[in-house]
Amino acid sequence: MKEEIIIAGFGGQGVLSMGKILAYSAIMQDMEVTWMPSYGPEMRGGTANVSVILSDKKIGSPIVTKYDTAIILNQQSMDKFEQSVKPGGLLLYDPNGITRHPERTDITICRIDAIDVAAKVGNSKVYNMAVMGAYLKMKPLVDMVNVDKGLAKCIPARYSDLIALNKQAIEEGMNSVVTL
Amino acid sequence: MAEKILMKGNEAIAVSAIRNGVDGYFGYPITPQSEVMETLMKEKPWETTGMVVLQAESETSSINMVYGGACTGKKVMTSSSSPGISLMCEGISYLAGAELPCLVVNVMRGGPGLGTIQPSQSDYNQCVKGGGHGDYNAIVLAPASAQDMYDFVDWGFELAFKYRTPVILLADGIVGQMMEKVELREMKPRRTKEELLAAAPWATTGKTADRPYNVITSLALESDVQEKFNQKLQAKYKEIVEKEATHTEYMTEDAEYLFVAFGCSARICEAVVDDLREQGIKAGLLRPVTLFPFATKRLAELSKQVKSMMSIELNAGQMVEDVRLAVNGACPVGFYGRQGGNIYTPDEIADAFKKFNNLK
Amino acid sequence: MTLEDIKKPKNIVYKKTPLLTDTVMHYCPGCSHGTVHKLVAEVIEEMGIQEDTIAISPVGCSVFAYNYLNVDWEQAAHGRAPALATATKRLNPEKYVFTYQGDGDLASIGTAEIIHACSRGENIVVIFINNGIYGMTGGQMAPTTLLGMKTATTPYGRDAKLNGFPLVLAPMIAQLDGTAYITRQAVHTAPAARKAKAAIRKAFEYSQKGIGLSFVEIVATCNSGWKMSPTAANKWMVENMFPKYPLGDIKDVLKQE
Repeated sequence: MKEEIIIAGFGGQGVLSMGKILAYSAIMQDMEVTWMPSYGPEMRGGTANVSVILSDKKIGSPIVTKYDTAIILNQQSMDKFEQSVKPGGLLLYDPNGITRHPERTDITICRIDAIDVAAKVGNSKVYNMAVMGAYLKMKPLVDMVNVDKGLAKCIPARYSDLIALNKQAIEEGMNSVVTL
Repeated sequence: MAEKILMKGNEAIAVSAIRNGVDGYFGYPITPQSEVMETLMKEKPWETTGMVVLQAESETSSINMVYGGACTGKKVMTSSSSPGISLMCEGISYLAGAELPCLVVNVMRGGPGLGTIQPSQSDYNQCVKGGGHGDYNAIVLAPASAQDMYDFVDWGFELAFKYRTPVILLADGIVGQMMEKVELREMKPRRTKEELLAAAPWATTGKTADRPYNVITSLALESDVQEKFNQKLQAKYKEIVEKEATHTEYMTEDAEYLFVAFGCSARICEAVVDDLREQGIKAGLLRPVTLFPFATKRLAELSKQVKSMMSIELNAGQMVEDVRLAVNGACPVGFYGRQGGNIYTPDEIADAFKKFNNLK
Repeated sequence: MTLEDIKKPKNIVYKKTPLLTDTVMHYCPGCSHGTVHKLVAEVIEEMGIQEDTIAISPVGCSVFAYNYLNVDWEQAAHGRAPALATATKRLNPEKYVFTYQGDGDLASIGTAEIIHACSRGENIVVIFINNGIYGMTGGQMAPTTLLGMKTATTPYGRDAKLNGFPLVLAPMIAQLDGTAYITRQAVHTAPAARKAKAAIRKAFEYSQKGIGLSFVEIVATCNSGWKMSPTAANKWMVENMFPKYPLGDIKDVLKQE
């Protein structure tokens, strides 16, 4: 099993930390991971990308150009990464602010209205966990028990009260994802 | 089971330093390696292991603090990135000339000049061929993962004290910034006073009645004295070349084509080898893990087995010269590289490979 | 009295400290370095701290100080001695750590290192020999060279427009919160040497109090570089160097209290 993921959106949407929590959860499931923030010209313009690879074997190249999953949270990222999804792969996106929706027919396309989910949970900071929940629903590669452990590793002890909130957002995200 | 932590390569350096009994770190902030000192300052090892951590006023000062600390027999280190390493080269030459053990981490970025903060491997020549003045070499280790970053700190100090020489850990921005799973090895305490005296009887630990006073210097004004000293250094380097050259191989047993790459490039080339193998092309990879000493012997052997070799580097072609020297004309040696912080994709390398070898 | 009589212990009135080695000094006759070396050696002997002293030599004439003082030595790159001393002291806080630096080393190429060591309040001793010239490389202008003074690189005398002004370092670093004791001394007469020795001892004592850096500047002669006889050099120093670099304590944090 090897899952190559790109998570892309605006800075402030929690793209990097979502990647980190996902990667840490996978470690708790004894998987190999790489987490790499994007380098190169695409860093400009306020967008933030991170590529995360989860694998049951040692990971060679951390640099990939085709992804099993693209998690897309703004229009620039849609334009950049829609074509990078492998045929048969998954494109998960938040339609909020998207003016041109994905057009590929050879991949699975899902929507998650993560702002609504975060509002329902009552904290805008858990937006990224709503998205991660949607992803885990579509690709249940990491068990929830390990996601719990991953969250505990990533959230500083002084904010431990937020863990329950994050978990709630993940669960709501799972329930709210729509396959198109 | 040892604890496994998700961390950046740079953080792994810091955590490893604390856990491997390093006595002192002296550094100056520079992207893309600032997490090393930031992590150390956050961890406050002076309250636990007694490790000293100090932010110096410049890289020049950092390396000279390392020099001072190394004189006293302590395990001391610094970290920086390319422009900072240029400033440290004087100090590294002095450390080599005074035969002092230490660890210098270079998380390379693109140059020349202020260059870019993006990853690069363009300090190969600087670190492997000297950089500072005079006939010297430093042992150069090239990590390719966060786990390597962790493990090579201890390995680096082991070599540094074994040979009384500076060791450079030559990483790149990818290995420094990427997060991976790191297994924390067993904790090693800092050396006791007795252990230090045994490991470094030459050190400036204070003149006692049972020995003449120790002097750490790289000065020898008389030509014959200097030449004799240089011959001693060269003998040491010869021993290092014979005993310490380390590399890994991937799919080389039946390889007809060989990639040679270090650090993050070796990881990327693994994917290229996999892709080419799927297409029925028998490619393999040799990753030099030590850059000085270099895998010269093994490359010479492989040059008789393969149809061609290709050195893949994030620079304009530096290590390829050492590959050519090792091969000595026995097979064609090609090169593909990217610069300025751009990183090649596996596909791009495969295309360059096919073009070089006239393959489809 | 025969030579053998003179050598008898009961007749000995003066003895070289064992902290000085038997190596014949390479310094020119009349040079101040030999006297300052002796004072430092005597202080170390009298304080009984030979085992606890780590010395750092500069680049310049006194690079070879390590041949003469019987303590462990680190030889620094040009100007970097305070950086070495910083790490040496922080890693070995129980040791007495001192640098011995000339004006080219400390006040020119090593300004960043000395200023930041002072600013950080490193608990070290700095012995600063100011003779207004680069001795070892053949008498070139130093940052401390006086206006009008002739050197190999100011053959017509130092001209402020061409060469800038003399750098007066001690009052500058006295402003820094990390310095504990700053003094300027000389060794051209026996009383001056005694005062200098007391200052060096105080600096060594302060360095173990955790109150910051102690800095002993010695206004010195370089009769070879100045192209004068030793006595003429001493006279010239008194008349010309002292007005620009007046002797005395500049800062003493324990005295102020």
